[in-house]
Amino acid sequence: MGVIDLTALRDEVGTEGPVCVRGGGTRWAVGGAVGGARVVSTPEGIEALEPAEMTVVVGAGTTVADLADALAERGQEVALEGPAGATVGGALMVGWNPLRRGRLGEVADVLLQADCVGADGRVFTAGGPTVKNVTGYDLCRLLVGSLGTLALVGRVILRTRPVPEAWAWMGGEVPSHLVLDAVYRPAAVLWDGTRTTVRVEGHGADVADEVNRLVALGLVETDQPILPGGRDRWSGVLPADGVLEVGAGVVHRSDVVAPPEVSVGVRALGDRIRDAFDPARRLNPGRDPHRVAA
Amino acid sequence: MLGRDRVEVGAAARSLYSRDGSVIRGGRAGIVCFPETTEEVSGCVATAARHGRPFVPRGAGTGLTGGAVPCDEPVMVVTTRMDVIHEVDLERRLAWVGPGVVNLDLSRHLVGTGLHFAPDPSSQQACTIGGNVANNSGGPHCLLYGVTSAHVLAVEVVLPDGEVVVLGAEEGRAPGYDLRGAFVGGEGTLGIATRICVRLTEDPPEVATLLLDFDRMEGAADTVSAVIAAGIVPAALEIMDQRVIEAVEPFVEAGYPLDAAAVLIVELDGLPAGVAVAISRIEAIGSAHGARTVRVAADEDERERIWKGRKNAFGAIAVIQPDYYLNDTVIPRTRLAEVLARIYEVIEERDLMVMNVFHAGDGNLHPLIMFDAREPGVMERVLEAGEEIVRISVEAGGVLSGEHGIGLEKKRFMTMQFAPADLEAQDHLRRAFDVEGLANPAKVLPSGASCGHVTSLGRAPEGTWV
Repeated sequence: MGVIDLTALRDEVGTEGPVCVRGGGTRWAVGGAVGGARVVSTPEGIEALEPAEMTVVVGAGTTVADLADALAERGQEVALEGPAGATVGGALMVGWNPLRRGRLGEVADVLLQADCVGADGRVFTAGGPTVKNVTGYDLCRLLVGSLGTLALVGRVILRTRPVPEAWAWMGGEVPSHLVLDAVYRPAAVLWDGTRTTVRVEGHGADVADEVNRLVALGLVETDQPILPGGRDRWSGVLPADGVLEVGAGVVHRSDVVAPPEVSVGVRALGDRIRDAFDPARRLNPGRDPHRVAA
Repeated sequence: MLGRDRVEVGAAARSLYSRDGSVIRGGRAGIVCFPETTEEVSGCVATAARHGRPFVPRGAGTGLTGGAVPCDEPVMVVTTRMDVIHEVDLERRLAWVGPGVVNLDLSRHLVGTGLHFAPDPSSQQACTIGGNVANNSGGPHCLLYGVTSAHVLAVEVVLPDGEVVVLGAEEGRAPGYDLRGAFVGGEGTLGIATRICVRLTEDPPEVATLLLDFDRMEGAADTVSAVIAAGIVPAALEIMDQRVIEAVEPFVEAGYPLDAAAVLIVELDGLPAGVAVAISRIEAIGSAHGARTVRVAADEDERERIWKGRKNAFGAIAVIQPDYYLNDTVIPRTRLAEVLARIYEVIEERDLMVMNVFHAGDGNLHPLIMFDAREPGVMERVLEAGEEIVRISVEAGGVLSGEHGIGLEKKRFMTMQFAPADLEAQDHLRRAFDVEGLANPAKVLPSGASCGHVTSLGRAPEGTWV
């Protein structure tokens, strides 16, 4: 475990010309194409892993899978998900919440500190190393989901959580509100128009009790569902092949979706923020978080 | 725009609204406005902007860092009359509330629904949800459930030029930057929240409250990090030191042993088997770290008394000294014992008194220095000790504030934690929201006009909580 150093990233970014970061490239098209920008890479590796602090210090170029393996060895996990090859930096910049959000929490609450290279080529730090912190403005939450358009994140401190002792996926043709009434803080609840699938987590005996309650409702133990690859905002109407993450506002569907509606005022404020951080629009040009639906 | 009954220009009101829950004095309030609708807030702010006047948003005024203290006779926009719970959606587990709704009033409103609003700052019987949003407030139970930001889904905001925007969404991430996340904790410098959509949390089926007592503070502190290291995340982990126990026990009769050096309150919640297992593991961890007794509250009455002592700790200090100065820093929880020992040294070296009652589970310290302001020279020693505590915390890998914010009190310390480039990045965010620099100016960032001095420490107003 060495110290994650941002010098190489800073030198690569420099002060001029369009640059972009490529992580695993697993969600490369999200938010638009970067065109001919120079590709830079972010540091990899785990600097410190502290279960007693529930934090991990990691390079943004580390894969989500490698981080998950290292955390699992110490009985911890983090609310980041991604396809094989996805990186920590990529998962943070895309900002999609994990399927198990009901227990793991949201990506917005995971990033405690980010050491970044700004558009002016200088290194700066957002947030702080502790699990609780209201010192100054919350730049970490602004960075999550920003698609690398405000700064390039190189080294991050993330909040981790203990791995649950037991868990189960259960599914059946039962309305989701009945399932929600039967369980306490489920990790995930999915609805495909006919079936509800739910993941319960916790202490073994409690999970066994919840499974029994769900069996009584007509659910049976099942595999984790395979979701369609597209992601859209929940509009209140489930598309034909769609799967709703109940309470999360997200619909997984196969077809390409139209860009979401954004109010004039919100877009103007977003543009002012981008202009303040990157007046020349050199960081991940062509990408726009306003095009990301959910 | 506002009727005469909702604007105060008299000397008494302007004086009253020149202070908040902190011991910091700044300037004097200008005109004091009490809007009741979003349009009225927008009107107040737009009028101020038209005249190039600053404005200061204010809720119940329970803030502890001078965030609502005026500088340069600003327009005070007081949101306490916007106290309507607009909508509660039990099925989707959310509620839209006005910024003036008192935190505890929302929880009371929800009794019997099986849901509650999780952030529970100790001032919850007085502080408003608008203030919670401005300060990203915490409380004992944010160890498991997270601070206010994790419970604000969307917020309608009047921007500093009077424009109204809705940031965030009732469900899921809104498209674009997380402006909701950026706004929460903005300390009134990014605009004024006029309607807030909060997440409602399921009441836990089982709750257990434990009281452990130790004859060494190190034992209590090390128990906290051992519990977390063992993979247990209690709902709350609170420590009180001997001086707090001595001050509180006679009033509350919570059963804190008077000869203990520290007591640790642990609250566990969730499903019954998990809670039962965690109780026995914590008993073992506590005993291994020198806990003399571990008491599990037998009923609701005993639970309430254990918590009453914690929540009223600061009310009891008046019997010891007339004045106090409260700090709020965070350190890595594995360094609790060592940093606390340093704090006691700093206090002793300056011939002062301190009591510690704090959110140990997330390393959030609340050292409270007690003194008598009439004693010549005491103020300098208090301020010196306060600064030293902040320095020790930052050097231990911590941060300036865990839940009280920066306000006027700590902006001069910001350079201890942040480099110039870090502060510039924060200013980018602020200026994007507040182009003209009129929203609660002179707060948070060390640049800009100076106003407000902790040197004017005085007696804290009635009813201060931590």
